[in-house]
Amino acid sequence: MDTIFALASARGKAGVAVIRLSGPQAIKVATSLAGTLPLPRQTGLRHLKHPDFGVLDAALVLVFAQGSSFTGEDVVEFHLHGSPAIISAVLMALGGFEGVRLAEPGEFTRRALENGCLDLAQVEGLGDLIEAETEIQRKQALRVFDGALGDLATSWRQDLIRAVSLLEATIDFVDEDVPIDVTPEVVDLIDKTSNSLIRESRGSHISERIRDGFEVAIIGPPNIGKSTLLNRLAGREAAITSEVAGTTRDVIEVRMDLDGFAVTFLDTAGIRDTDDKVEVLGVARARSRADQADLRVVLIEENYTDDLGVMLDPDDLVMIGKADKYNKNSVVGISGLTGLGVAGLVENIGKILQTRAAGAATATRIRHRLALDRAISLLESARDVVLSGPERAEFASEDLHQAIRSLDSLIGRVDVEHVLDEIFASFCLGK
Amino acid sequence: MKHLGQDFDVIVIGGGHAGCDAAHAAARLGVRTVLVTHDFKKIGEMSCNPAIGGLGKGHLVREIDALDGLMGRVADRAGIQFRLLNRKKGPAVQGPRAQADRGLYRQAMQHEISAAENLTVIEAEVSDLKIKNNKIVGIILGDGSSMMSNQVVLTTGTFLRGVIHIGEKSIPGGRMGDQPAIPLAERIESLGLPLGRLKTGTPPRLDGRTIAWAALERQHGDETPTMFSSLSSRPSARQIACGITHTNQQTHDIIRENLTKSAMYGGRIDGVGPRYCPSVEDKVVRFAEKTSHQIFLEPEGLDDYTVYPNGISTSLPEDVQRAYVATIKGLEHAKILQPGYAIEYDFVDPTALRLSLEVKTMPGLYLAGQINGTTGYEEAAAQGLVAGLNAARASKGLSAVIFDRSQAYIGVMIDDLVTRGVSEPYRMFTSRAEFRLSLRADNADQRLTPLGLEIGCVGEFRQIAFDRKIAEIDKTRAILSSKTISPNEAGKFGIKVNQDGVKRSGVDLLAYQGVNFSSLLGIWPELAQTKREIVDQIERDALYSNYIDRQKNDVLALKRDEAHQIPPEFDYSSVTGLSIELVEKLSRLNPLTLGHASRIEGMTAAGLTLVLARLKRLQRKKSA
Repeated sequence: MDTIFALASARGKAGVAVIRLSGPQAIKVATSLAGTLPLPRQTGLRHLKHPDFGVLDAALVLVFAQGSSFTGEDVVEFHLHGSPAIISAVLMALGGFEGVRLAEPGEFTRRALENGCLDLAQVEGLGDLIEAETEIQRKQALRVFDGALGDLATSWRQDLIRAVSLLEATIDFVDEDVPIDVTPEVVDLIDKTSNSLIRESRGSHISERIRDGFEVAIIGPPNIGKSTLLNRLAGREAAITSEVAGTTRDVIEVRMDLDGFAVTFLDTAGIRDTDDKVEVLGVARARSRADQADLRVVLIEENYTDDLGVMLDPDDLVMIGKADKYNKNSVVGISGLTGLGVAGLVENIGKILQTRAAGAATATRIRHRLALDRAISLLESARDVVLSGPERAEFASEDLHQAIRSLDSLIGRVDVEHVLDEIFASFCLGK
Repeated sequence: MKHLGQDFDVIVIGGGHAGCDAAHAAARLGVRTVLVTHDFKKIGEMSCNPAIGGLGKGHLVREIDALDGLMGRVADRAGIQFRLLNRKKGPAVQGPRAQADRGLYRQAMQHEISAAENLTVIEAEVSDLKIKNNKIVGIILGDGSSMMSNQVVLTTGTFLRGVIHIGEKSIPGGRMGDQPAIPLAERIESLGLPLGRLKTGTPPRLDGRTIAWAALERQHGDETPTMFSSLSSRPSARQIACGITHTNQQTHDIIRENLTKSAMYGGRIDGVGPRYCPSVEDKVVRFAEKTSHQIFLEPEGLDDYTVYPNGISTSLPEDVQRAYVATIKGLEHAKILQPGYAIEYDFVDPTALRLSLEVKTMPGLYLAGQINGTTGYEEAAAQGLVAGLNAARASKGLSAVIFDRSQAYIGVMIDDLVTRGVSEPYRMFTSRAEFRLSLRADNADQRLTPLGLEIGCVGEFRQIAFDRKIAEIDKTRAILSSKTISPNEAGKFGIKVNQDGVKRSGVDLLAYQGVNFSSLLGIWPELAQTKREIVDQIERDALYSNYIDRQKNDVLALKRDEAHQIPPEFDYSSVTGLSIELVEKLSRLNPLTLGHASRIEGMTAAGLTLVLARLKRLQRKKSA
């Protein structure tokens, strides 16, 4: 059994951050960092030291002995100063020990149930709490389990079972009156299912965005009014603005409701060649966030032709910044200062998102997409095997069986441990 | 009541395929065993088709052999045509099959039974079971004498309310010419076990001397015969060919015109028949678009002119059988020696059994074979083996040996039976085994012989042969794992792998498609000394290695679920949230483990989670 650890408190800067360590080696590992440990259920202030990283932090250390801890195993908690740097140093130090690893989502809770420390009623109570925190998630889960995804999975399953049965007939009834070449029908069934899976998988990105929010990056050369536009959109001074080019160094995020969509606008450093080391980093980050964003609003000067070094999609909105300066009512001009064109931008983004939302799939979660993608690749393998000739039918059958299992996991028609995985996957890491 | 004065540790009732392997297995474990049968001369009778093995079935025979059971070596001695089915496909789906000489088979089986140590055969009718305090304590024979034992294995085939149907005639009886054992049947019925009704059919037997063989296509055995037993090297009987012919429109017309006279279609049979082995009536009705069906003409023996036409089992009247047989090419003048018939019988719903095949409500009583709703010699023998081993172990006070689904087809079959019950005669298929790629006929000995050695049912002779083989495989595998080669060098020998600079071992290379053992000989010439048998084994393992690795998580999940034992007194009705239907089902089937419960039809994931949570709580209470 591995010893596991994770940040148990929320991510980001905070007064205190708690890292939890659980498992057979928890005491040993904690001792080697803290020197000595306080008695169980008592606190002790310790300097955490690591041979490679030096002193990590002065931490409050708590020990829970096996049998009287949350997980039932030896548990040590480090209450650290809540700085991301300290947290990552301690996590890194812990990860360096043999047999110690970062916990999977919900793994602490899972161990708690397996060790008999929580019963199902408690687990469900906890689960309800967590689900209630994210109302949309709960509704989506309900929709998935009640309706569309279940129906889809059932139809995929039927087709794949039919394909398996055709292959099995050529294996188990070789001496009897069965069709010898089932390749065309099997390939048809695989293709039909595969196409539908691919559609779902693609669409799931959108569904996920609807849930987690879209990212819209504002990019462009320096001093084009990106931060002013962000502030206008936010309705507050979220970003510092000045006439000095290169004022914005890091990415500034503003989350807002746009036509009912959760949208995070990203204000980024102005893109230009520079010798300023900090600004170089800011530009690199601007490019990378812009690439990852769902949509880009590019502000440029009139007749601007320089390459920003960012790949643009056809949907991306290119506008002329600081349009107030041009003193004309350009359709593609925008000014955060006067608000010129801002309403039109918001409307355009809303339209684009609505168009995209139409392509949303029934699958809404990464977990769904992983299952879909796994099935897609298994089907691809099965297809290749089937086309290579009837001699390898058992391989194709195995691929199809695995694909069915993968799809079954979408709707929970799987073995009980997977169901537990399901329950616990909705717990955040470290809980 | 007189007492025979002879007590046994294990009594086996019935000398069919289940009974023989049950009695021999018990005797191999060194307990005093008696086989009680009507007629010694009928021991090892093949009452249906004269063939052993096939897909799934051949796997079972190999597994029986791996545990030193009888069926494989007896079939090898009686085999008159050996064919490895699916020879062109991968080894996981290849099944050894042989046509057997019925006489030679009986002879070889009777010889094994007579020669076995610790095994006595008594010719008698068993009229009743002796039961005391709800436990079996012995049996009562037809002459009123009794025989005491706390372990009784019942392998009585189709004798429970067996009825034979030929057209509009019906005759009570278990098998053509045998009397059904009525008092014993009544006793079984009085035990209150759940019963169901099944049917099965046989074709008319033909006189081979009246068949126009010259006009027919022949099917020969394989050039290199594949034997069942790892201890057999080659067939001992003369080898023959089977004939192939087909039904035609005229045959179908006659059958169609006479459907109402068929016992099956005239509504006189209400048992359920197997979908995979339909009667010729069924074929004509259900596959009306097909104008012809294949028939294999299987000789029943070298000195026996009886021919078994596989593919035309029927319950039509004798005259109709004669008429349609005469329409078939090569059979125009064929004489029917014995008309085909359908047999209908009761079986005990196997969900009433434990995985050891012991009746849940009657400790010491084991059921094996057709009585449990299975069909086929191989399925019967495999159950016999398990029941025999467990009866013997129980007599020694040892716990039952249970085969799991990731370990053996035997485990798949028994788990299917005990967990799901049967709705048609149960026959083994490779597709029933979810871990098919690792449960191969070729590695049955590696999977099961170590277990057999551990429990003591494997003899010295097999042990020596097995140890030698394993030592050679291990040695070769060790060489293959220790030798490595860079992608660049491998390329020089014509083996293409990714040029990633990572060295591959011989074992790694074998997993690549198109790489076989002989491809490696250029690189490591010292491997050239390896025996063919060992090379084959290593290649087969390598062929599936990637797929088997992928299945490892599934095997782990299965084992994890099987590790959660459910105590027999577990109260499902106290689990809040479990539906009434599931409470009823679970209480009735009393699954032994969570894995077992998960395979019960209608079981939901949510239900399982509730049961698991309750189990965890119980465990916690116990340890607190």
